[in-house]
Amino acid sequence: MLNRTAENVARATPEPLARKVRGISDKGLAWLFISPTILLLLAINIFPLFWAIYLSFTNYRANRPNEVVKNLGFANYQRILGDKDIWIAMQTTAHFVFWTILLQTLIGFTLAWLIDRKFRGHAFWTTLILVPMMLSPAVVGNFWRFLYEPQIGLFAYAISFVTGIPPTNIQMLSNVSLAPWSIIIVDTWMWTPYVMLICLAGLRSIPEYIYEAAEVDRASNWRQFWSITLPMALPFIMLAVLFRGIENFKMFDMVNLLTGGGPGSTTEVASITLKRQAFESWRTGYSSAFAIILFVAVFGLANIYVKALNKVKQR
Amino acid sequence: MKSSLKLALGLASAISASTAASTVAHAEDLTLCWAAWDPANALVELSKDFTKETGIGMKFEFVPWTNYADRFLNELNSHGKLCDLIIGDSQWIGGAAENGHYVKLNDFFDKEKISMDDFVPATVVGYSEWPKNTPNYWALPAMGDVVGWTYRKDWFSKPELQKEFKEKYGWDLGPPTTFDQLKQVAEFFQKRQIDGKTVYGASIYTERGSEGITMGAMDVLYSYGFQYENPKKPYEMEGFVNSDKSVKGLEFYKALYDCCTPPGASNSYMGEGVDAFKSGQVAMHMNFAFTWPGLQKDENVGGDKIGYFVNPKGPDGEQFAQLGGQGISVVSYSDKQESALKYIKWFANKDVQAKWWSLGGYSCLNAVVKDPKFPASQPYAQTFLDSMAIVKDFWAEPSYAPLLQASQKRFHDYVVAGQGSAKDALDGLVKDWTQVFEDDGKM
Repeated sequence: MLNRTAENVARATPEPLARKVRGISDKGLAWLFISPTILLLLAINIFPLFWAIYLSFTNYRANRPNEVVKNLGFANYQRILGDKDIWIAMQTTAHFVFWTILLQTLIGFTLAWLIDRKFRGHAFWTTLILVPMMLSPAVVGNFWRFLYEPQIGLFAYAISFVTGIPPTNIQMLSNVSLAPWSIIIVDTWMWTPYVMLICLAGLRSIPEYIYEAAEVDRASNWRQFWSITLPMALPFIMLAVLFRGIENFKMFDMVNLLTGGGPGSTTEVASITLKRQAFESWRTGYSSAFAIILFVAVFGLANIYVKALNKVKQR
Repeated sequence: MKSSLKLALGLASAISASTAASTVAHAEDLTLCWAAWDPANALVELSKDFTKETGIGMKFEFVPWTNYADRFLNELNSHGKLCDLIIGDSQWIGGAAENGHYVKLNDFFDKEKISMDDFVPATVVGYSEWPKNTPNYWALPAMGDVVGWTYRKDWFSKPELQKEFKEKYGWDLGPPTTFDQLKQVAEFFQKRQIDGKTVYGASIYTERGSEGITMGAMDVLYSYGFQYENPKKPYEMEGFVNSDKSVKGLEFYKALYDCCTPPGASNSYMGEGVDAFKSGQVAMHMNFAFTWPGLQKDENVGGDKIGYFVNPKGPDGEQFAQLGGQGISVVSYSDKQESALKYIKWFANKDVQAKWWSLGGYSCLNAVVKDPKFPASQPYAQTFLDSMAIVKDFWAEPSYAPLLQASQKRFHDYVVAGQGSAKDALDGLVKDWTQVFEDDGKM
């Protein structure tokens, strides 16, 4: 009876497909299945990357397909690294990334910590706080542009109400000093909930018994925060910083919608400069070199950061 | 059963036949690409006559001005077949001709007896010719346009304001004829209370993203003596672009921006200018003439309340205005070039051009604009004619885009952000433009 069952099972078990397809091993078959995906990835990710690397050494311009493409060696790279305007754009980007990350981390973590208290109605407040993150950047950009309007904008009127400065003097998008902050405010408003969510996940992952043990040892709330909460939530905070850092390094939509890089070039972040060179001035080779430099910078920094993150996790 | 099968087959055949027929009917539809603005709506209306006459349907692809260049230059550069006909900006002509995007129209004009002598000369040079001032035609002048000014006639005619103005400045409040006068008028109205509302002096171009501030600043600089290059030595810009006169012109533009524009007008172009004027915010408004028909019809600021004036003179009496407008071209990648050429032939017709003007388009045909009835045909017609007689245009070189980007940056940095001096901005511009021409191997 047992033997017959075993025979039936063996008969019902399908023969390895590879044996049916003559000459193809299991490994070969696996490659066969994943090859369309790999080909697609090669076509839309890897090939453009290598093509951009090739173009970065040339004088190619996409709007002049009939022109002879010359090899310029490292001339594009030299020109970019020696261009004062490019460095100003990089500084603007760094300023934007630094302040947005700092504000979003501080406010996001504070919010997460408060929400984690599980007070009455915390679920409602969590949902409410998440709303900005769910909106489209195009909507947020246009919406804030109206809010910042010195003549009709609510933001100007609110500041005016508090400070007594006439609203027409509060020109957030036109003033050289205020324009970078106007973008930082909007990005912080929109993306703090995202940081909050990640931090909240971190806070909720801390086992309750650790706090109970600390209570037994009569550790103060302050001590519990510094010795338990913050160290255990740190990998999550660092992860949020990494995600926001990469996102904001390539920030384009919000800047484009709010200021277009102006007034003058005061909010012209690297991605706006790149877009202008690539699709307005049509310096394809030059802009490819700039894109490669940005890619290497982000990739390098992200790698260093991930190593640091792993060390923190291993502690 | 058999009969129901027959019925099903019959229905299927009928459906596929009708689909095929409709495909055939639409196979020759032409797609015309242009900016999304008032004249485009007029062209849609006008083109219905073309469809009636020829049976060729017309489809339109209109893109807002801020994306117009990006969108259609991308289309042309990628040899796209979306547009059979394109009304491309005047500055594109060099690049479009040299890169083979447009069909050269000389043979077609000869065959159809369309003469460029029949069109306003400035529009032929500006919209059709490449190289400039040579008989090589790539477009038919389609939409004449030029930067001019509108003003609030009703405010200007208030007796108490006239009296106050005369006492303050010593001349009668009216449309300014020099830029100094324009600034005085703008200063006079800035932050003034009119009908219980705070109003401002003038709306001018300050837009950073596309071409706004360049169009506005150049509109002033020309009359101050700015020149793109040495007339005797092409591409020599030192001492011409950054001459003392040019510096004064740019300083004036910044002074006008600082003293007399509405708050927050740091990124203002055609649409924002129209909004500022229509909402009763400004006494004067710099804009392309295409906006005038719409403003004239406006219930709040149009009719008797609006007046028009030509770009004022500079300090030495020179008077120029920034050319706008476009020509219509056949895209060389189109499969329907024959039908597209039929449209051009139809569009060049005198009656069609007369109707074009009546619908709100700006005809460039001499027979229309030199008609004795033309100046009285619209309140802005004479100002348009006078303005078209003094036009100058930006570089139309194949590298116009980097040239434009450089001027956008330099002008905005100085005028709006207040960085550096006018001399620094223009010296920087010479440097940037020289680099562009060196890259092109022209210097």
